[in-house]
Amino acid sequence: MGTLESESAEGSRAVATVPGVREEILDNGLKVLIQEVHTAPLASVWCWYRVGSKDERPGLTGISHWVEHMNFKGTTNIPREKVKGIIEQYGGYWNGYTWIDQTTYTETATRDALDHMLFIEAERMANGLYDPADVESERTVIISELQGGENDPEQLLDQELTADAFHAHPYRHPTIGWLGDLQTMTRDDLFGYYRQHYLPNNATLVIVGDVDTDEALRSAARQFGGIPASDRPKTRYTPEPEQLGERRFTISKEGTTAYLKIGHRAPAATDEDFFALLVLDAVLTGAKGLNLWASFRTPPPQRSARLYQALVNTGLASAVAGGLVPTQDPFLYTISLTATEGTSLDSVEEATLRALENVRANGITLAELQKARAQLRARLVFEQDSVSNIAHQLGFFETIATWRYFPAIGSRIEAVTLDEVAKVAAARLVSSNRVIGRFEPR
Amino acid sequence: MKGLDPTRRVLPNGLTVLAKETRTTPAITIYAGFHAGTLYDPIGCAGVAHFVSKTIDRGTTSRTAEQIAEELENRGVSLSVALNRHAMWLVCTCLSEDFEQVLAIVGDVAMRPVFPESEVEMRRSEIVTLLRQDQDNPASVAMEALMRMLYGESHPYGRPMRGTLDAAATISARDLQQFHQRRFAPQIMSLALVGDLDPQRAVDVTTAVFGEWPSTAATVAELPPVVPAAERRTQVISMMNKAQADVAYGFTSIRRLDPRYHAYSLMNNILGQYAIGGRLGDSIRERQGMAYYTFSSLDASFGPGPLIVRAGVSPANVERAVASIDAELAKLAAEGPTVREVVESKQYLIGSMPRTLETNAGIATFLQTAELFGLGLDYDVRLPALISDVTREQVHEAARTVLDPSRATVVVAGPYSGSLQ
Repeated sequence: MGTLESESAEGSRAVATVPGVREEILDNGLKVLIQEVHTAPLASVWCWYRVGSKDERPGLTGISHWVEHMNFKGTTNIPREKVKGIIEQYGGYWNGYTWIDQTTYTETATRDALDHMLFIEAERMANGLYDPADVESERTVIISELQGGENDPEQLLDQELTADAFHAHPYRHPTIGWLGDLQTMTRDDLFGYYRQHYLPNNATLVIVGDVDTDEALRSAARQFGGIPASDRPKTRYTPEPEQLGERRFTISKEGTTAYLKIGHRAPAATDEDFFALLVLDAVLTGAKGLNLWASFRTPPPQRSARLYQALVNTGLASAVAGGLVPTQDPFLYTISLTATEGTSLDSVEEATLRALENVRANGITLAELQKARAQLRARLVFEQDSVSNIAHQLGFFETIATWRYFPAIGSRIEAVTLDEVAKVAAARLVSSNRVIGRFEPR
Repeated sequence: MKGLDPTRRVLPNGLTVLAKETRTTPAITIYAGFHAGTLYDPIGCAGVAHFVSKTIDRGTTSRTAEQIAEELENRGVSLSVALNRHAMWLVCTCLSEDFEQVLAIVGDVAMRPVFPESEVEMRRSEIVTLLRQDQDNPASVAMEALMRMLYGESHPYGRPMRGTLDAAATISARDLQQFHQRRFAPQIMSLALVGDLDPQRAVDVTTAVFGEWPSTAATVAELPPVVPAAERRTQVISMMNKAQADVAYGFTSIRRLDPRYHAYSLMNNILGQYAIGGRLGDSIRERQGMAYYTFSSLDASFGPGPLIVRAGVSPANVERAVASIDAELAKLAAEGPTVREVVESKQYLIGSMPRTLETNAGIATFLQTAELFGLGLDYDVRLPALISDVTREQVHEAARTVLDPSRATVVVAGPYSGSLQ
């Protein structure tokens, strides 16, 4: 645990401390967050960049994700054939992901691998090779990733819904990109985008685990300190104009099963309404928690939730899922439904909208509020079970808002009132804020 | 080395409790396993175990489905029911303060489910929908066909885990009750409790919940023998509405307790796991750019489970991908792994144990696997030596024995209508 008075590593300045987390900013602008967790002999490193698919311009959709792929293809000091094996020697796991607001890379391994992990991330930040042959071989890998997604009707529906919900804001295009752009993007496009965004002053380095904070900070300064800062790209995101009425679309395609997806425009993570909507979602579909990296592992407690009762326990749908993820700009609150065999989407939609109209008109009950809070409280504990999950949360929130958001989540949830939930339901669950998408099997 | 050193107690009724205290979070993972997998489906009625897994927590003699849901969900708990060929698992995580109440509900669900008619009918339509979704999923279609071809309809491994549409239409509440009576009993149950609780308390609470449950005569079933394929077999299942084809390519392999297990495990790691896909990932994804995913998996179990290679490829690349799999397998069988590959895979498999055992769920899974196969309470301590003692020649022998493309079974499902060699 660090304090304000503690000695800083050379070339960095202490910014602040909250119990457990040390925050430092290196001279080149790299923000470093370190938390000691000594429950297992492991360390987890995450390097986050403030670049995601919302930073992409027409013609270059999918470039953030493709750049992420290229950043596993070797650097000046890590030849292509040596990329694999560095972390594995320490029993480690590595990966990365790209989404609308962020790109991130991670390694988790035994603590003695920490210097190697930091070395890999520093190399990735500054010295990517972007060999033209690798660009071509990755083009087809990514197109294969896209086609694998198209095999799934629910992914198709999600992609169409997002595109329909945003006419102006760049959240509208899929993170994987549109096929036409993936076919034509060049090596220079990729390398240029990489150089523009992969800067220490556009990144956050998170280290969590069985480490010594001062030592870890010195290692980080040693590995990253020599990377020069540069001007961060000043991307402006067109705010989505007000929606003027309900939007609808239907995908008609060969298949076996019908799906319905309803999207409502949602508040950004920093909007006051966000936590009220989080509670509302817990009441409608069960609490998911707030860890994108951990939440998919365990299903939400949803059988007593309103939409499960109204749709699944009436036999209209075989599954219902709510989706609300913290984002930098206003994104979507989605409700996804699978119609049971032989049930029309009309009846699924009618029952869903009736349940939404009910909560919009009447709000939720005190018992529901208490249950939602208890569920979210438990999920916050459950999703803190590994150094990797803890580190993910610090970097995730720093990238879209501030990492201080994370320790405050619990009290923000406790503070949500019945009135706030009723207001957010009344304001958000209206037809003019809604897109309805259908997948009708032919 | 002390290792996990879990507490293991067998109650007088035969129930095995495995407890391990950790202090990571104020939470406890409950992991209850029963020898009630799909292999216990009645002959000619595949899908009963799966149907039970969808209905067992929908009402007991003292709680309705709604009450179970309310009591769990007020505490933020979601109970999952998982199923494989051999076992059914009731799994959940709760806050430490809720442990006694939650274990009591899990016990009620395990011991006294009633399978109410209305719930059975409701879940029937969900199961039918699930089966219809599987029919539209090339990966599920390819895997089901591969298992059928490898093991045949007469072996439990060859039957569809989730059953068939015909069976789903006819399975009755009585079938579910009978399955429960046959396969849920303390002497074929093991309960792992991992997290923020004292092991003695774990045993005490388990005794309070399950201690009076009488044992039965049910035992673990013997599996029929498996005959490895003598020739290459291929099947193409055209699904022209899809964008990508799924390849499932496999062999029958060995039992988990076979002395060659760790050699096979290393061979599998080198072939299709190490550093995102091993040799297969290197060839098919990295060098040829043909697939976003390719890997191999080894499912050595009570019976000789499969060794399977998977890949998702564009329809134009199906033949090239299958030829590449053939070539990588033949090469590993002929030449064996390199010394370096063996060293690296060993380091990886041994070094990854602290990660595997970091979380309560990870520890519970590890303890249950060790219990299921009788690997011993000190298995985590012994495992590193078991891995490091394997020789390169033993890995080569494993590759030579199983990786023979001329006896492979190959299934392709997706937008492809060619004829496969």
